[in-house]
Amino acid sequence: MRHTITVLVENEFGVLSRVAGLFSGRGFNIDSLSVAPTNDETISRMTIVTRGDDQILEQISKQLNKLVDVIKVIDFTEGEVIEREMALVKVTAEDAARAEVLRIADIFRAKIIDVTPKSFTVEATGTPEKIDAILELLRPLGLKELVRTGPVAIGRGAKALKG
Amino acid sequence: MKMTGARILLECLKREGVDTVFGYPGGTVINLYDELFSFKDIRHILPRHEQAGVHAADGFARATGRVGVAIATSGPGATNTVTGIATAYMDSIPLVVITGQVPTALIGNDAFQEVDIIGITRPCTKHNFLVKDVKDIATIIKKAFYIARTGRPGPVLVDLPKDVQIATAEFEYPESIELRSYKPTVEGHPKQVEKAVSMLLAAKKPVIYVGGGAISGDAAGELTALATRLHIPVTTTLMGLGSFPEDDPLSLKLLGMHGTYFANMAVTNCDLLVAVGARFDDRVTGKIATFAPHAKIIHMDVDPTSIRKNVRVDLPIVGQVKEVLGRMLKSLDESGDKVAAFHAAIEPWLAEIEGWKQKHPMTYKQTSSVIKPQFVIQKLRELSAPDAIVATDVGQHQMWTAQFFGFREPRTLLSSGGLGTMGFGLPAAMGAQAAFPNRQVIAVCGDGGFQMNLQEMATLVQNRLPVKIVILNNNFLGMVRQWQELFFDKRYSQTCMELPIDFIKLAEAFGAKGFQATKSDEVEATIKKAFETPGPVIMEFKIAREEKVLPMVPAGASLNEMVLNA
Repeated sequence: MRHTITVLVENEFGVLSRVAGLFSGRGFNIDSLSVAPTNDETISRMTIVTRGDDQILEQISKQLNKLVDVIKVIDFTEGEVIEREMALVKVTAEDAARAEVLRIADIFRAKIIDVTPKSFTVEATGTPEKIDAILELLRPLGLKELVRTGPVAIGRGAKALKG
Repeated sequence: MKMTGARILLECLKREGVDTVFGYPGGTVINLYDELFSFKDIRHILPRHEQAGVHAADGFARATGRVGVAIATSGPGATNTVTGIATAYMDSIPLVVITGQVPTALIGNDAFQEVDIIGITRPCTKHNFLVKDVKDIATIIKKAFYIARTGRPGPVLVDLPKDVQIATAEFEYPESIELRSYKPTVEGHPKQVEKAVSMLLAAKKPVIYVGGGAISGDAAGELTALATRLHIPVTTTLMGLGSFPEDDPLSLKLLGMHGTYFANMAVTNCDLLVAVGARFDDRVTGKIATFAPHAKIIHMDVDPTSIRKNVRVDLPIVGQVKEVLGRMLKSLDESGDKVAAFHAAIEPWLAEIEGWKQKHPMTYKQTSSVIKPQFVIQKLRELSAPDAIVATDVGQHQMWTAQFFGFREPRTLLSSGGLGTMGFGLPAAMGAQAAFPNRQVIAVCGDGGFQMNLQEMATLVQNRLPVKIVILNNNFLGMVRQWQELFFDKRYSQTCMELPIDFIKLAEAFGAKGFQATKSDEVEATIKKAFETPGPVIMEFKIAREEKVLPMVPAGASLNEMVLNA
């Protein structure tokens, strides 16, 4: 099952390699990982999307907690979490396709952030499913290049994580 | 007071109570060694290889329970420490390993003797630090010792660039340290502990299974009290040997691949397995699907990742085993009637176990002339001091020692259980002897493992460390040979050592003494002579070459599928 795990870590040299090394060393999968400092500059926040059965997910959480630089681990389950991801997509856009790209972008509330006579670059934001959907529509028009951030996640409700 | 980074490091070690370090000088630690030259509060022992230096610090830590300290230079010095560090990591041994590093300005430039030791040791240390500023040394050393010895102990590496050692700063050692991201659980959850007591008292066929956590967690006393109070049989892993006296009738001795018939049968048939500081290693469980198939499992461990890693657990208790067992004992004080009923209820189980003990006791076929290795181990126990420390290498001799020595006290067996590091025995014994100059320290080695770190004979002689070295010489890499005999049609690929070595002359070359026994009736006299001879001594026993370690659970088989005679 797909899980989104949020990890608060000390914003220190080498932390990313400790986390990434833990996943590779123990044979856990990483679908995506994003990391940046938080409101508290001594803390960085990672959002990791991973897969596994309950026993593997339990081990992932425990092993992450065991790393000395890890402050907190939250395994968000479906429903309690809001996820957003950004994609920048360079699409071939000539003749009639130009209008089609614009239409698709409009439907998905995406922005055109770069234009040439032969291409558009589209900025799309949303849930990973929404990004998948827009890509599916853009792909037949000639998808030249794609970059995705991987999702970032925050819990629903007024309760907040420090940092 | 302002002092150099090198001096600050030494002052920190002193304040951590370090009196002995094992280290090897080199280009990037030359400043540290220069400070050490006039620093009289720390004894420095120079091994002949950095790997042995770390094993010695490890042996020191295993024997004392204190943090072992090793020093090495950058590059090859640092990489040579890796096997030692990984050995300590797998067995949860507290170490602080200090490596020199090229000056900060050169890091990443492929400088002479530069290696990314932080990257290399990341997966085999509990934590590691690169010190970038002289002002951070004191805090980092404080953290390193704190992390190494608390929670589930382990090795911590501190990489110290040359320029940081030369730079100066005010020295102030922090009184205490607090890490928001590292807070090991000490006390087990009270409700879980209560549940454990009621599960125990409801059991009809209980077994306690003890690992190294009972020794590193200093819980042998509580464990023994609990087992003897309730009459529960105890089996131990290799790392757990010594946590419960093996001469106690409740002892089932070693379990697992080379465990006793009665320990493996008891685990297979029990209805409650209480795991104390053990991690269900594959050498213990055999085939996981058929491990303790009828049992509810209580698992107490200071490390939450150990729980439910390999087996399902009915009752997890995260906490220091000493605390958890202590609370269980207290709780039992208030359940007097139930304890009496429990004793009666488990009588048939104890009788069943006694039957297995009678059916297949730990034994071997004695011969009149050829030396049986098991006989040497038994004689060693008989002739050695009650508080003797035994370090082993890895292989057949290690298993014979585990099976036949009869350990009674914690921290008297030093053995590489998790990583299985050949070459560990001699330097580990050296470290233990440095910690306890007046205790008897014995290194039991095979002829293969001994040759992996035999250069340390020089360190023993130079530092007057009177380790008594037993070499069980079969001129084979015996354990691999045993597998080849049983599972590879006796195709002894590269396991025959061919060249017979004159270990007596070898001992003499280092300025030590050497004695040899080739017949059974020479064993006792040889051991006595060696024990009476001052200084390090090699005792070489020419043993039955194709003797096997039995019983044996073939890899991947169930615990009750033991090969008893082959």
